[in-house]
Amino acid sequence: MNVHVALKGVTRVYPAHSGQGEVHALGPIDLDILRGEFFGVVGPSGCGKSTLLETIAGLVRPTAGTATFEGREIGGEVPEGIGVVFQEDASFPWLTVERNVEFGLRRAGVDSAEIARRTDRAIDFMGLSAFRRAYPSQLSGGMRQRVCIARTLVTQPHLILLDEPFGALDQQTRLLMGEELLRLWRDTGATVVLITHSLDEAAMLSDRVAVMSSRPGRIIATIETHWPRDRDSRIVSEPAFGQLTSQLWTLLRDESRKALNAE
Amino acid sequence: MKHPGLLRLAIVAGAVLALEIACRSGLIDRVTMVPPSQMVAALVRMSRTAPWFWSDTGSTFRNIGAATVLSIVPGFLIGLVIHALPRLRAVLNPVFMSYYSVPTFVFYPLLIVIFGINSASLIVMGALFGIVAMISATLASIDRIPRVYGKVARVAGLSPWQKALRIQLPAAIPHLITGIRLAVAYSVIGVIAGEFIIATAGLGRRLTLSYNEFDTPNMYGLMLLIFIAVAIVNSVLQRWEGRVHVRWYGRR
Repeated sequence: MNVHVALKGVTRVYPAHSGQGEVHALGPIDLDILRGEFFGVVGPSGCGKSTLLETIAGLVRPTAGTATFEGREIGGEVPEGIGVVFQEDASFPWLTVERNVEFGLRRAGVDSAEIARRTDRAIDFMGLSAFRRAYPSQLSGGMRQRVCIARTLVTQPHLILLDEPFGALDQQTRLLMGEELLRLWRDTGATVVLITHSLDEAAMLSDRVAVMSSRPGRIIATIETHWPRDRDSRIVSEPAFGQLTSQLWTLLRDESRKALNAE
Repeated sequence: MKHPGLLRLAIVAGAVLALEIACRSGLIDRVTMVPPSQMVAALVRMSRTAPWFWSDTGSTFRNIGAATVLSIVPGFLIGLVIHALPRLRAVLNPVFMSYYSVPTFVFYPLLIVIFGINSASLIVMGALFGIVAMISATLASIDRIPRVYGKVARVAGLSPWQKALRIQLPAAIPHLITGIRLAVAYSVIGVIAGEFIIATAGLGRRLTLSYNEFDTPNMYGLMLLIFIAVAIVNSVLQRWEGRVHVRWYGRR
């Protein structure tokens, strides 16, 4: 198995400003994410999960340590081959679904026939074909998040980073969106990193789950789930699923309490 | 409840009718005001027979158009730059806040010295009047753009210029429209008021002339023309605003 993303001593300290002292948000973190794996990250709120993801995405520079993607160091910009889906609704209300999805290909020097082909594929894949000409305001929250995922898919990323993408959705929709994410992961062969605050989601979707401490976020354990590759949401009824979530909660309970009392 | 638009129309029609009666009955004398029907008649007559009518009307609306464009486009770009420089913004903010308490018209001698008595002076007057409303609206509207759009721009690898054009501009539109409506209104005021004092042509000047010559019907006819034009522009912008809001936030 080869390493797709490698973090060595990655630390992020936000400098003091406007009356606040400096904030040690993250790290040091040492972590290897393997090519093609589904990697989940759980942690108490405010532990720097999003900072970790944005560091891998190249949106945030580490204060110390290095992060590499496909062997190259990640610096001030987002490396080619990385797609990011955010927690907030990032679909553009002034564009139709189709144009929103195409937007992902703005920079890639791709000709128009190829843009059309990839857009069609991503729209079909995310089940948006009936809504091509709809505007996001006409869609539900789950559908809008699908638009954002499709916008990432058109770039054919090797690494897909998701920052609590289903945080705003109800539990049933989350389970179904989770299944779609598994299908996407299997079909594209991409590496997936999913940040979530839902232990169930992490336990059901991931090959490995990293558990983070309260701030400054460090990785306190990494748990392998041993699920088959063709899993779906029905594994939530298996005894092993209950064991996994309780194991995650045992690790997280004290850290979450610390985070709660710190706020 | 009845349709509010119908009710509004009924109120306006009633007021016009009342004015017509008041003028015709002699309650308001003819030198002060002519009945609305005569305002319309005067306007129609001028448009048919007055040799200056179309050229002066054209010149006024061209100048208003130019002043509007000159307040909207540079206003938006200046707004973008100021937004990117928070310190500059902190320095300039009090200036923007108090700008409309300064009577911009006192600068008209200066404009004449710089540009002469011509359209350029009028256009600059209108643009000076409108641009700060546009800058303020741009700053406020960019403040409201969700931060996640900036991240999307970085992931998509957009240059600052592409980001401004493809994300910031469209994302700011619903709130920018307020600024655009103000910029149009201020440009109209700037140009027409400018024509009162520093013009050789245009509706503002024709209005002053007919006032000086006690030509009350023509004076009101010209006022009517300006009101109609402003009402049309405003309703077009309002419709646009309504359409954008439906698209962005769904129906209702």
